[in-house]
Amino acid sequence: MKFRSGFNRKYVLSLLAVLLGLIAGAILMSSTGHNPVEGYRYLFRGGLMNLARVGNTMAIATTLILTGLSVAFAFKTGLFNIGASGQMLMGGLAATAIGLTYSWPRPVLLTAMMLAAMLAGGLWAAIAGFLKARFNVHEVVATIMLNWIAFWTIYYVIPGYFKGPFLETESRRLPAAATLRWPWLSSQFSGSYINIGIFIALAAVIVVAFVLERTTLGYELKAVGYNRHAAEAAGIKVNARMVLSMGIAGALAGLAGGVFYAGYAATMQIGILPSQGFDGIAVALLGASSPWGVWVAGLFFGVLHTGKGFMTAMTRIPPEIADTIIATIIYFAATSVLVERYWDSIDRSLSARRERRSVSKEEGGN
Amino acid sequence: MGNIVEMKKIRKEFPGVVACDDIDFSLREGEIHALLGENGAGKSTLTSILFGLYQADSGTISVRGKMVNISNPNVANTLGIGMVHQHFKLVHNFTVTENIILGMEPRRGLVVDTKSAAVRIRDLSRQYGLNVDPAALISEVSVGMQQRVEILKMLYRNADILIFDEPTAVLTPQEIQELMKIMQTLIAEGKSIILITHKLKEIKAVADRCTVIRRGKNVGTVSVQETSEQKLAEMMVGRQISFVVNKSEREPGETILSIRDLSVPGPTGVPAVKNLSLEIKAGEIVGLAGVDGNGQNELVEALIGLRKVSCGVIEMKGTDVCQMSIRERMEKGISYIPEDRHKYGLILDYSLQENLSLKTYYRAPFSRRGLLSRSHIRQHAERVIEDFDVRAGEGAQSQARSLSGGNQQKAIVGREFDMDPELLVAVQPTRGLDVGAIEYIHERLLEQRQRGKAVLLVSLELDEILDLSDRIAVISHGELVGVVDARDTDESEVGLMMTGIKRGEVS
Repeated sequence: MKFRSGFNRKYVLSLLAVLLGLIAGAILMSSTGHNPVEGYRYLFRGGLMNLARVGNTMAIATTLILTGLSVAFAFKTGLFNIGASGQMLMGGLAATAIGLTYSWPRPVLLTAMMLAAMLAGGLWAAIAGFLKARFNVHEVVATIMLNWIAFWTIYYVIPGYFKGPFLETESRRLPAAATLRWPWLSSQFSGSYINIGIFIALAAVIVVAFVLERTTLGYELKAVGYNRHAAEAAGIKVNARMVLSMGIAGALAGLAGGVFYAGYAATMQIGILPSQGFDGIAVALLGASSPWGVWVAGLFFGVLHTGKGFMTAMTRIPPEIADTIIATIIYFAATSVLVERYWDSIDRSLSARRERRSVSKEEGGN
Repeated sequence: MGNIVEMKKIRKEFPGVVACDDIDFSLREGEIHALLGENGAGKSTLTSILFGLYQADSGTISVRGKMVNISNPNVANTLGIGMVHQHFKLVHNFTVTENIILGMEPRRGLVVDTKSAAVRIRDLSRQYGLNVDPAALISEVSVGMQQRVEILKMLYRNADILIFDEPTAVLTPQEIQELMKIMQTLIAEGKSIILITHKLKEIKAVADRCTVIRRGKNVGTVSVQETSEQKLAEMMVGRQISFVVNKSEREPGETILSIRDLSVPGPTGVPAVKNLSLEIKAGEIVGLAGVDGNGQNELVEALIGLRKVSCGVIEMKGTDVCQMSIRERMEKGISYIPEDRHKYGLILDYSLQENLSLKTYYRAPFSRRGLLSRSHIRQHAERVIEDFDVRAGEGAQSQARSLSGGNQQKAIVGREFDMDPELLVAVQPTRGLDVGAIEYIHERLLEQRQRGKAVLLVSLELDEILDLSDRIAVISHGELVGVVDARDTDESEVGLMMTGIKRGEVS
C-alpha cells in the first residue's frame, strides 16, 4: 500500500500513532499482570459511558483543543509555542479580574472576559515573538521563561488583589453570572462540568481553519513557516508576521485560560502551572497541526483523561498506566517522521524484490 | 594499459527515477576519462557509488581486477579512490596542513605531529607542481588554491584514482588553464582521473576518452580526439542543438536603473560592494561577470531590498528606491530570478498555483479585503503554466517540490515575466538546467530585451554572459573593474578583468 496524498497520509500516521500507543499500553498492562481488554474497556467507558461522563470529557477537551490550536497555529508559521501554560495563566488572570470586578449584564461580562483573556495571552506571547524578530532570541527559550514569569505573577497578584475569604492560595470564586456554566447545558449532560467553552473552542477551530486556508494573512503566515527566505524575497514582512503569529497563538492559549478558569474551574489557584499548556503540544502533534485534526485529537485526549480515573477505580491498574499510554501516543505522534521513513523503505524494498523476482522469472523462461 | 576500475551493470533507483540504468563504465590506468551529461543525467550518482556515498541496487565494481564492495568512503580511501567535490569540504579557520591531515592525524605521543605532515605536504606539492603553502589559512587563500588543497588531500591519502566533480565551476578561466595543467601532471605521475563535467571545451582540452550519460543510460564511450564538440553535444542531449544565440541589433532606450557610488556591507560587516556605479537602459541586457563570491550576491540583494546599503543611490527611472521595502520595489517594476530557487524563489510545500501568485496574492483580483480568491489564483496559474510550458503532474495543484528543476525555474520565470517588470534581475537563471531548458530561458531573456525591458544578468558561466549581453560589467572584490561592449571583447579579456586587471593594463 502506498499513501497517495500528503493530506491523508498525515491522518493515517496519526491513527497509527494512536494504535501503536494503545498496543504499547496493552503490553504494559499485561506485563504487570492486568487484563488489557478489561483495562481499555473501563478506560473508554469511563470517558464515554453516560452523558455526564461525555460532558466531562468535552469539558476537559475544551481546554486541550484551544491550547492545541495555539501550538498548531504557531507551528504553521514555523514557531514552537511552548509557553501556552503561561499564556493560559495570563488569560485566566485577565478573565478572573474582570469577572470579580464588574457586574455587567452576563453576555457583556462574559464577552469582555473572553476578549480580555485573548488580549492578555496574545500580548504575553507577542513578547516572545518580538524578542525573536528583534533580537533573534529563540522562542522556545523566551516562552519557557515567560511561563515562569506568569507563574510568579499569579503568585503575587491573586493573594494580593483577589484573595478568597478562607484560603490564601486561591482567588475568590467567580459569581455564577461570570462563569461559562450554563444550567440548561449542564442539565442536558446530567450535571457535568460541560460549559459553553466547548462552543467557543468549536468557533475557534472554524475561525483558525478559515484564516489559514482562505485569507491572505494565513497564506503569508504559512509562507513564512515553510520558507521564510522565499517569503521575504516575495515582499512579506517576515518579522512582523512572526510577532503577529505568536500573538494569535498566545490569544488562543489565553482563551484556553479564560474557558478553563471561568468554565471548568471558577477559581484560580497559585503555585500551579497548568499542564494543559504542554498537553497542547501533544494535541497539535497528533492533530497534524490542522485545526480539525486538533479538534479530534483534543476530544480523544479528553476521553483518556476522563476515563483514567474510572479505569483505576474499577480495576487494579494504576493511573500511571493511563498516563504512560498517553505519553506513548505522544511519542509515536512526535516520531511519526521516522515511522513514515521506515514505511517508505519497507515499501521500496518490497517492490524492488517483487520486480527482481519477475525479472528472474522472465530470464528463466528464456 | 588495463582497466583500473570496472563498473558493470550499475543500477541505482531513487523514488520515481532511475538515476543509473545498468551503466557500464571502465577507467583505464593513466587516462583522463570524462563523464559528460546534463544535470540529473546520473553522472554524479555513478561516481558517488564508486566513492561509496551510495550503494548500487545491483551491479558489480572491480578495482585493479578485484571485485570490491565499497560500502562507505573509508573503503574507497583504502582502495586508493579520492574525490574532489564540487563544494569543497574544508575547515576555513584551519591551515592547509591541518585540513589535509584531518581524520588521519599523524601523532607523536599525545600531540598531533603537524611538522612532519607539513614536510610531506610540501614535497607532494612540489612533485605535482601545486605550489601550495602548507602553513596558510584556508580562509586566506583563493578558491583555486582551495581546490589544490582538496587535490593534495587525495594525494596525501595515496589515492591514485582521482574523481573531479565539476571542478571548473568555481574557477576563473586562468585558473581553469592551470587546473588542466595540474591534471596532466597527475597523469604523468601515474594517476588515473575521472572528470565529471558538462563543459565540452574542457573535455576537448584534457580528456582521453569520454563516456556520455543521458537519462541514466550510457550512450557511448568515445575517443575525444576523434569526436567533435558538436557530436558530443548531440550525444549528451539526444538531438541536434544550435550553439548560436540569435540576437538582433537593438538601440537601447532611456535609463531604467542607475546605481551610483553604491556600497553594501557583507555578512561580516566588511563592505562586499565598494563604490559601484552602473546604468542599465531599456532594451539592453547587462551581464555582470565575476568569480563567485566577489560581491554579486550582495549587489543583487541590495537591488531587491533584501540587504541594507551603507551608502550610495539606487534609482529606478529617476526615483531613489534605497529606502523602499521589497514590495514597494516590486511595484516599481523590479523583478527577481534568484540563484537559489529553492531558498528564495519558491515555497516548495505550496502548490504551483500558490507559488505563481506569491508576489501578487495581496492584490485584486487574487484577493479582496484579505480573502483569497482561489478561482482567480487558479486561472492565473493555468495561464502561466500554458504560456511558459511548465510541466507538472497535477497541473496547477501540483506541489512545487514535485516539479523537476527545469520546470521549477520555468515557473519562476513565468511568475516574474508575467508581472511585466521594467527591470529583471536574473541570477544564474540557467544553473542546474538541461540544455533544452537553458535554450528556452535564454530565448525568454532576449524576448524581454526585445520588448524594451532592462535586464541585469548575473552569471558565473562566461559563455552565457558573452552570448546574451549587450554590455558586460566585470566585478572583482566588490569593485567594478570595468564595463565593456560585448561585441568587442572575448573570453580572455573578461577572464583577465575578473581577476581585477583593468582593460589596457596588459597588452
